[in-house]
Parts: sequence; C-alpha cells; structure tokens
Amino acid sequence: MFAKRDILLAAILLLCEWEIAALLLHSMALPQPWEVLADFGGKLLTGKIVDDIIISGLRALAGVALGAATAIPLGLLIGNEPLLQRRISPFIYLLYPIPHVVLLPLVIILFGIGNLSKIVMIALIIFFQILVTTRDAAKDIHQNYLYSLQTLGATKWQLYCHVIVPATLPKILTAMRISIGTAVAILFFVESFATTKGLGYIIMDSWGRANYVALYSGITGMALLGFTLYLLLDRMERYLCPWNHIE
Amino acid sequence: MIKVEDLSFCYSQKGQQHWVLKDISFAVKTKESCAIIGPSGCGKSSLLFLLAGLLQPVQGKVQIAEKSRCGTILQNFGLFPWKTVYENVALGLVLQKVNKREAKPQVEQIIEEMGLSAFAQYYPGQLSGGMQQRVALARALVIRPDILLMDEPLSSLDALTRERLQNLILNVWQEKEVIPVVVTHSIEEAVFLGLQIIVLGSAPGRIIERVDNKEAGQVGYRQSSLFFQRCNMLRSALTEECNVC
Repeated sequence: MFAKRDILLAAILLLCEWEIAALLLHSMALPQPWEVLADFGGKLLTGKIVDDIIISGLRALAGVALGAATAIPLGLLIGNEPLLQRRISPFIYLLYPIPHVVLLPLVIILFGIGNLSKIVMIALIIFFQILVTTRDAAKDIHQNYLYSLQTLGATKWQLYCHVIVPATLPKILTAMRISIGTAVAILFFVESFATTKGLGYIIMDSWGRANYVALYSGITGMALLGFTLYLLLDRMERYLCPWNHIE
Repeated sequence: MIKVEDLSFCYSQKGQQHWVLKDISFAVKTKESCAIIGPSGCGKSSLLFLLAGLLQPVQGKVQIAEKSRCGTILQNFGLFPWKTVYENVALGLVLQKVNKREAKPQVEQIIEEMGLSAFAQYYPGQLSGGMQQRVALARALVIRPDILLMDEPLSSLDALTRERLQNLILNVWQEKEVIPVVVTHSIEEAVFLGLQIIVLGSAPGRIIERVDNKEAGQVGYRQSSLFFQRCNMLRSALTEECNVC
C-alpha cells in the first residue's frame, strides 16, 4: 500500500501539470489552479457551497446505499441457490448491458423531479454493477469452506453468516468502491436539470454564465466528494476485512 | 463404530453415469484407526465425503453409531481466512450454540494443547502450514468427536513437520479415544497411522487390498523392519494397480 506522502506528492504533481497547462493555453476555459482553489476555499469559508456539497453527498450516499442494500442480498442468493440462479440470471444477462441512464425520463415520471428520482437513478445504475460482482463472488467460494462448516452441523443461515458473507465481502466492497465513481458521474447528470441545489447544478449554472472559475470550483467539489466517498469505503474495507491486510 | 456396506457412488454428467466408487464394504471398530490409500482419482475423497454425510450414496449405506460426533479435516485444512485462530477453533461450539462463557475454557484448552496459545488472535494467513494443520486439528477436536475424518491432512507439509503431526494424530487417537479415518496418498503415513489399511483401485474406486496392521501406533514401529515390509507390500499393490490402469 502506498503512503499518504505519495498521495500528497501525486496531488502536487497534478496541480503543477494543471498550472503548466493553464499558462501554456492561456485560455479563460482553463483558469489557474490557485484561482480555483481560492474561489473554492472562499465559498467553503462563507458557506456558499457547503449546502450543495452536503446535498450532493447525501444524494450519492443514499443512491449507493439503496443500490447496495438491494443488490448484495440478491447477488448472494443468486450465487448460492441454483434454482434462483437458473431463474434470475437470464434476466440479468438481458438487462445488465442496457445503458440504464436512458431510463431517466421514465424514472422522473415514476418518482417525480425531486430527490427520489435522483437517488433511484444512481441506485439503478450501480445496482447491476454490485449485483453481478456479488453473484460471481458468491459462486466462486471454494466448496471446501462450505463443506468444512456443513461437517460442523451448520444451518443455511449459519453458512451465510460464517462463510458466504465474509468470503464475498472484500469483492463486494471493491465493487462498491468502483461504483462510487459511477455514482458521482450519474450525480452530475441528474443534478444538471430540475434542481437549484447540488454540485451538478453549480457546474451547469456556472457554465451557462461562462464563469469558468466557479465551474472549476464545482468540479473540485465533485472531485473531493468522490474522493471522500472512496476514502470512506477504503477505511470501511480495512475495518471490516482485517485479514486482507495482514503483513 | 463405522460400518460401510456395498457403498457405490456416481456422478451424472450429460445423462451419463460416471461411477466413482463401487461396492465398498468395511468396518472400523471403536478404538481402531483406518487409513484409506489409493492412486489419484480413485475416489478416496469422495469416500470420506460419504462418511461425513456431505455426499449421499447411490447404493449401499454408511452406518455410524448413534449419537457419534464427527470431526472433519478437509484438504488444505478448510480454515476460514477471515476468522482468527480462536474463532476458527471455537466455530464448532458456536454452531452448537454453546454459550461463550462455557466455550471459552474448552477452546483455550485445546489451543494450548496444540501449542498455539501465543497465536490465538492470529489469522490463518499469518501461520505456517504446520500451525494451520494444528488449528484444523484443534477445530475438529473441540467438539469432542468420536470419529475424526481427515482428507490428506498432511499433504502440503514438509517431511519433518509431517512426521511431527503424524505423532500428534497418533496421540489424539490413543489419548482421546477417537476413531481416526485418514485418507492419504502417502504409503508411510497409511502404515504409520492405520490399524486397518484399505487400498483402493481406480476407475471405478473399489477395494483391491485390506491390510491388518495391528502394530500401528506402537513405540518404535516406524523404525522396525515390519514397517518397511508393509510399506513395500502396499507399494507393490499400488504399482500393480497403476500398471493395469
């Protein structure tokens, strides 16, 4: 695992590259990083952007939580119960490759233009990513683990508690970390209309007003939000799966 | 006591039956031990799974004395990487819903007997192969089994560790009065541990030889000429079987 110092160095390097690109291009569309950071810091201190970060963060978290809460149990069941696997896998095979983002109009009709449709949209898209990974992880559990527990007289419920859930947990959390990137991308998409709150709205609004520094502030907020959620899941994985990090 | 009568087992694949075991019969009495040996793919592990109740026979039956408890050690020990040594060992009692306060001294005692007290909070991934094997043995023994089923329990260990653990299994057999049934591909291990040695032939697995090895477990047996004679006898039987294959 890399050290915090390496992450800091990578961040400084990225800022340097941004600065060089801004100086070379000398375009309004690419302001210098210190201008953006000053604007973003100012808005944070005055609280102008805090509400939007919180709202966007809650929408993303609620979407991921809803998607995971439905996909994980279903994936575990499909991966372990042959009958369910035979019955449900064909539906996943047909539905997974559909670009679910095109269902947005339908989701808005069904759930309205408020927060619920935004959360459902995020949940819908990450649902399939987590479902497929969880199902495959559950199918891949070494039979000896299940046999070991069965010889000790385990019930079905005990098999899930002591083997199936812990054996699949690292892969589920990896799928969730990957889905965070998708969730933030969808967040931008769903916040770009029918709302006056959220980082997606700030980006689109600033773009419309050709205020590129504010636009980059919104992008910075979105990037920080994605990074924070990723970090949160990373910490969660370290806490829940300590055996994966033994020296 | 274990009694196996006319046991047969097959897998069905694309409508065709593949016989793994055919007409297996043997019995192991209380205080006896049994080693099952044979070439790869002869159905040794399937036989053990049938004894453990993990597979159901197509014909024949497995009879195990009423209220007998079975401890099982599967290939590569079957330890759970996500549980510590203590949690792995305690699992049998947890599943039997023994309360934590009651289970703790039993678990600690068996961990101590296996010389693992200092490693109770380690994960299996932090232990050597020999230590993992001792954890698997502790986990199987904590439920105080009457029968201990072991599927190639020492196959992945180096020679010295293997010998040390063979002695440990011998002690468990003699001191705890369990019936050890060891599936192995090591001739020396079978002769060292099995009062009764069952030699399986392959395609389908069937008994080709039974050896009454009543000296197993006696002091100095491993160094005796009789030990080497028995090993050579088994080697000839297995070589002949492999040549026929």
